[in-house]
Amino acid sequence: MKNLNSVFAAYLIAWGIFFAYFVSVGIRAATLRKDLERLKNSLQRNK
Amino acid sequence: MKKQAVFAAVVVLLMAAAAYAAFFIAPTDSRQGLIYRIIFLHVPCAETGLVSFFVCFVANVAYVLKRNPQWDWLGVSAAEVGLVFTSACLVTGPIWAKPVWGIYWTWDARLTSTAVLWLLYVAYLMLRTLIEEPDRRALLSALFGIFAFIDVPLVFGSIRWWRTQHPQPVIMGGPDSGLDPLIFKVLFFCWVPMLALMVLLMQSRYQLEAMRGDFEMVRRESEAA
Repeated sequence: MKNLNSVFAAYLIAWGIFFAYFVSVGIRAATLRKDLERLKNSLQRNK
Repeated sequence: MKKQAVFAAVVVLLMAAAAYAAFFIAPTDSRQGLIYRIIFLHVPCAETGLVSFFVCFVANVAYVLKRNPQWDWLGVSAAEVGLVFTSACLVTGPIWAKPVWGIYWTWDARLTSTAVLWLLYVAYLMLRTLIEEPDRRALLSALFGIFAFIDVPLVFGSIRWWRTQHPQPVIMGGPDSGLDPLIFKVLFFCWVPMLALMVLLMQSRYQLEAMRGDFEMVRRESEAA
């Protein structure tokens, strides 16, 4: 069972990196979607 | 959106199956013991990173030839996803190296060329933040991306051309190289979810970039109005 902690740590860190990236893309998309809606609305109002 | 959620669930299941295969199906290495099981994560991460950078290279060349923004969107998506996989590779490598080599890091050809690759694509993404005008940004980053890709064959060939601290190739490494057939099968099986994850991440990132393209267009419209 020697080095089992290191193997688990490697898996957790790698999966953590993938998950964090996936979430960051989702957050960026949600923020941009809101900004896009706001911009479209203000454009509509100005017309 | 629903299709993407189903695909994400499939990727998670595949990753869990790959972890099960890595821990319970692959035999334990007689010399390295348990720690060698990092191979089932480290190698697929490295290979998937190189595949992503190849996609980025193809998109960059296509952008230079066709000047279609969709190639630029694919290029930046592939570069970012490639960086994610290369980061995972650069983190898992030292965790494996410490118990086996006694050190976390050494400046040998494979490790150094991989670190340089990581820095080149960080520079590619930083370059994009410095240029406001979309067409100019796309062209300059595509040209830089084509230049950055030169390091990919160097990473691939480094353990074939030079004697390094990093192990010699076990896949496509010549007549004296190779893996136990079961280990090879498990390793190949572990690569499948990584490739699926690469597609999922690239798809999500591409959608974000496409939305950014829409945003730019509406912003220009609003400025003109």
